[in-house]
Amino acid sequence: MPSDATPSTENQPAPLSVSSTLARFAGIGVVLLCVVAGFLYLGGWFSPHKLTPARLVDGFETVFGIHSGFRRNHAKGVCVTGYFNSNGQGARLSKAVVFQTGRVPIIGRFSLPGGNPFVSDSPASVRGMGLDFTPGNGEEWPTAMVDIPVFAVSTAQGFYDQLLASKPDPATGKPDPEKLKAFFASHPESVRALTIIKAKLFSSGFDNSTFNSLNAFRFINADDVSTPVRWSMEPVDAFKPEDPAQSANPDKNYLFDDLIARIHSGPVQWRLMLTVGQPGDPTDDATIPWSEDREHVDAGTLTLDRVEAEAPGNCRDINFDPLVLPVGIAPSDDPMLSARSAVYSQSFMRRAGEKKESSAITPPDVQK
Amino acid sequence: MTTNPQQFPVSMRFFHWLMAAMVLTMLGIGVAMVASLADYHWLVSIHRPVGILILILVVIRFVNRRLSTLPPFPATMSSQERFIAHESEILLYTLLFVQPLVGWGMLSAARYPIVVYGGLHLFPILPHSVMLYAALRKAHTFLAYLLFLAFIAHFGAVLFHTLVLRDRLFSRMAPWRVPAR
Repeated sequence: MPSDATPSTENQPAPLSVSSTLARFAGIGVVLLCVVAGFLYLGGWFSPHKLTPARLVDGFETVFGIHSGFRRNHAKGVCVTGYFNSNGQGARLSKAVVFQTGRVPIIGRFSLPGGNPFVSDSPASVRGMGLDFTPGNGEEWPTAMVDIPVFAVSTAQGFYDQLLASKPDPATGKPDPEKLKAFFASHPESVRALTIIKAKLFSSGFDNSTFNSLNAFRFINADDVSTPVRWSMEPVDAFKPEDPAQSANPDKNYLFDDLIARIHSGPVQWRLMLTVGQPGDPTDDATIPWSEDREHVDAGTLTLDRVEAEAPGNCRDINFDPLVLPVGIAPSDDPMLSARSAVYSQSFMRRAGEKKESSAITPPDVQK
Repeated sequence: MTTNPQQFPVSMRFFHWLMAAMVLTMLGIGVAMVASLADYHWLVSIHRPVGILILILVVIRFVNRRLSTLPPFPATMSSQERFIAHESEILLYTLLFVQPLVGWGMLSAARYPIVVYGGLHLFPILPHSVMLYAALRKAHTFLAYLLFLAFIAHFGAVLFHTLVLRDRLFSRMAPWRVPAR
């Protein structure tokens, strides 16, 4: 640049005074700090008591400990595979490919709740069925169901409160009755839900249990009509109540061993029943059952014919995220759905990178 | 309309401000969604397709930049500062390209469907591997913080030039047309 002895004031502004320079630096600092603070605010740094996916999963780790490589909830499980034969009846409610007449491959997982992957099977244990419908068009429809008629809590906060209140006291091995009392006092919806849950008889095994979606979803058909739906997998095997002799069995995996033996004797089947909600049926609260007289649509038959221990690449490595949905199924206004999706992701993220240990149900177990 | 040789061409300024808005929104959505239960789902539903859009835009933007004539650096910038400005531009372009690619890769490794909109899916770019997913998921967070820090440095440098040196550096990239002097 050629030097200019008399720079025009237009191109070369007058020098700033020292105080003015400092004031401008301070202003820049304030602006940058505000931007950083805004991001920290969005990330929840200023609300340390707000319930987040990380804190909810921390709650599981507090109660059950950290079991490397295992799900933080429903840690104990076994993998199954099979297929769903759709009869086309569901298509009037949903345009999802899985409801068109045809066969969809299934990857599934049976599980028990809680974060202990080596927990003993017990008669009163809730049972879980996770299914991933894989229609092969790039879509997936994972669903995680349990064999209770309603959910015990309606919100993530309720879930977290219940989790911590149910933590066994190290001295007695049982939850602190005072904490449970406090939980039920502040969650009347859970008192009502547990009355319904306890009225139900437990079945003798996974194979004759009914598994329920609990949360409601919206089914969207080809005419873009949206219908509230809850679904269930109803067993083709006849219901048999749990026999006290079963839990007297010293085998701590008796529920899983019975399932393995059942699948080795022949394919196990369930019918996918869609419960059609009416206007006014609660879609945002899974603690409240819908009326028994709601229409049920039999959408087809699930057949599970293979069982294997959790291993790389099978059901072990699938996150049964309830909000990974195909076109034709959409979330309802139930806040638990987004919360479940967030928490499942957090659990999946944590366990994915951990060293994997052998599951309670081992490859020799599934050969029996 | 005559173009001011002291200003970046209109196309470059357009991409700059469009992507600045998108990237800041994405960084905000990103930190908010991982800390959110109730808002997680709708935030993720925006985050994924916008990430893919950024990946497409950054490629177009890079080609456009190579085809454009750039205005000279202001005389107030030392050769060291010019070197830093050049290197940080490379860093920002790299982050804008790599970050969505890591996002796409981690969804692929986790075997999640990569939904663009409705039934429109992207193909997986990596095999199903949870270890790979875990590594890429961590990388995605790390790159997001790096991108945010790079933005803060860039924004701070522009404020310094504009408010303290008052060398009209900002007018080079101003979204409006600044007459030549």
